[in-house]
Amino acid sequence: MTSAPTLTAQPPLPALPAANRSALADVTQETLALTRRLFLQLARRPTTLVAGVLQPLIWLVLFGALFAKAPEGLLPDGMSYGRFLGAGVIVFTAFSAALNAGLPVMFDREFGFLNRLLVAPLRSRSSIVLASVLYITSLSLVQSLAIMGTAAWLGYGWPGTAGLALVLVTLLLLVFAVTAMSLGLAFALPGHIELIAVIFVANLPLLFASTALAPISFMPTWLGWLAALNPLTFAIEPIRAAYAGHLSLGDVVLIAPYGEITGATCLGVLALLAIGLFLLIRPLLDRKLS
Amino acid sequence: MPDAVIELQQLTKRYGPVEALQSLDLSVPRGCLYGLLGPNGAGKTTALRIITTLLAPDSGRVIVAGHDALKQPRQVRELLGYVAQEVAIDKILTGRELLQLQGALYHQPARLLTPRIEELVERMGMGDWIDRRCGSYSGGMRRRLDLACGLLHSPELLVLDEPTVGLDIESRAAIWQVLRELRQAGTTVLLSSHYLEEVDALADRLAIIDGGRVIAEGSPSALKEALGGDRVTLRVREFSDEREASRVSEVLQACPGVRQVVVNRAQGHSLNLVVEHEGVIEQLRCQLDAAELPVFSLAQSQASLDDVYLQATGRTLMDAELAVAGSRDAKAERKQAMR
Repeated sequence: MTSAPTLTAQPPLPALPAANRSALADVTQETLALTRRLFLQLARRPTTLVAGVLQPLIWLVLFGALFAKAPEGLLPDGMSYGRFLGAGVIVFTAFSAALNAGLPVMFDREFGFLNRLLVAPLRSRSSIVLASVLYITSLSLVQSLAIMGTAAWLGYGWPGTAGLALVLVTLLLLVFAVTAMSLGLAFALPGHIELIAVIFVANLPLLFASTALAPISFMPTWLGWLAALNPLTFAIEPIRAAYAGHLSLGDVVLIAPYGEITGATCLGVLALLAIGLFLLIRPLLDRKLS
Repeated sequence: MPDAVIELQQLTKRYGPVEALQSLDLSVPRGCLYGLLGPNGAGKTTALRIITTLLAPDSGRVIVAGHDALKQPRQVRELLGYVAQEVAIDKILTGRELLQLQGALYHQPARLLTPRIEELVERMGMGDWIDRRCGSYSGGMRRRLDLACGLLHSPELLVLDEPTVGLDIESRAAIWQVLRELRQAGTTVLLSSHYLEEVDALADRLAIIDGGRVIAEGSPSALKEALGGDRVTLRVREFSDEREASRVSEVLQACPGVRQVVVNRAQGHSLNLVVEHEGVIEQLRCQLDAAELPVFSLAQSQASLDDVYLQATGRTLMDAELAVAGSRDAKAERKQAMR
């Protein structure tokens, strides 16, 4: 140590004072650096990605096979079950990934790493949320493309380029909303045990109480109501419509107990949910100095 | 004080029934290496978490580097570096990647960041380790990386919470050296510690904290001189029992020139005395001889910071540590750290 050079008294060229930098540039720098960390973790622990791609494929193949002999008339327009299921699996996969987004943040809290972020002069703590959203969205994109490719290979159809765009927009809105909620939980709950419990309890019931596995017309009234209020349904139906070739957002995609829902309404609900949840968790991020 | 980098006024903080801070006042002058000394649970970490904007006090004022930490936390964060008690690293990243992340969070431009990282790596003696994953680091190497993170943006104030706990001697020496150089270069350094020697060796000034308030403040030498007198540690046997120790204590207290006698139970009932001047010691020997008590050992020493603590609280720092060790609740403390 003795031969090491001494630290310079002042930095050679100090960084620009905050007032001279643009907020957008700061938020971009913060968000990209935090996103890079998540991707480095993924690259060095690819198990998550491998499992995340395999699991929905298993869903697709097994569920598709399980209900292959579903009675005629169960599904509208004589659709095959495999084709019906594709949209459900895509949405459920993205939903599960986003629901888990809070876990790394919770571990950062528990290991003290979050304090490193909180003592840093972040221009906006929303950068922490944005980084997770970017990461989960990319991950969902890879998963969805794998599901869609497999579905096409199994003969369940392909939505076409415009349909693909609709699928991606829908997923982005859903992922944003659910990631925000999961991060909110990661800040509000006492520890990872509680967070995992909430994820565990929320996950499958939300799947079954949606139109992922069966149409509303097939459900008892009470469950039909639940499914028609479930955000997952609002993501599943536009994607299903895209697969069926109904690309106009004005088309009715769902006949709910309370009325007919168009694709535009679905996307609107998802967007409102995303914005609402994002605004809701903002105070949690800043809670420490309230 | 106009040129104080940290100014804490009447801070209070309560965790449920525990009063962590009770009207704490503290003023850290610019360019000073300042030590916060106190037993575990004294409120040091709470005070540092408030200074670093991680925690809001229940009441009181917090001025850091000219900004109100409660109203302008971001301005304060720009100017301070913090090395927390728990080493906060990401095991999956390499040291360099962590420093790059840190640099981006402090909005350092990339062209300045690369040479700055090189400089710190060399200074911290991290060598090849910087490109290995943090998960493979020893405790000392993690702490060096943590310190490099705290220094990356050349803060004008560096805050360290118990920076050398559990470290090997080499790493400890390396960190002390860096802290001294920082002070030399004009950086204000605030560190907490429950190691007397660390604060005595490093700090220009210190505050002794106990029960959430400052009980003594000043430079180490001034605090020790203020106590006055010579310290003597005396044993009549290698290990005395309590009865013998109290008998010796009575004999000694009867001697003129003896100010204070404390029986140190933690060290085989040895006797710690404060005497007015060196001449008293000869008289002590005579008195003990007359009472037919042998003298196994007799050592003179200068006043230490432990004596300062003893004077202020009536117990030694080590006793205070032992007292809280049993009563601490690890779960509750982790909960606090996560707030």
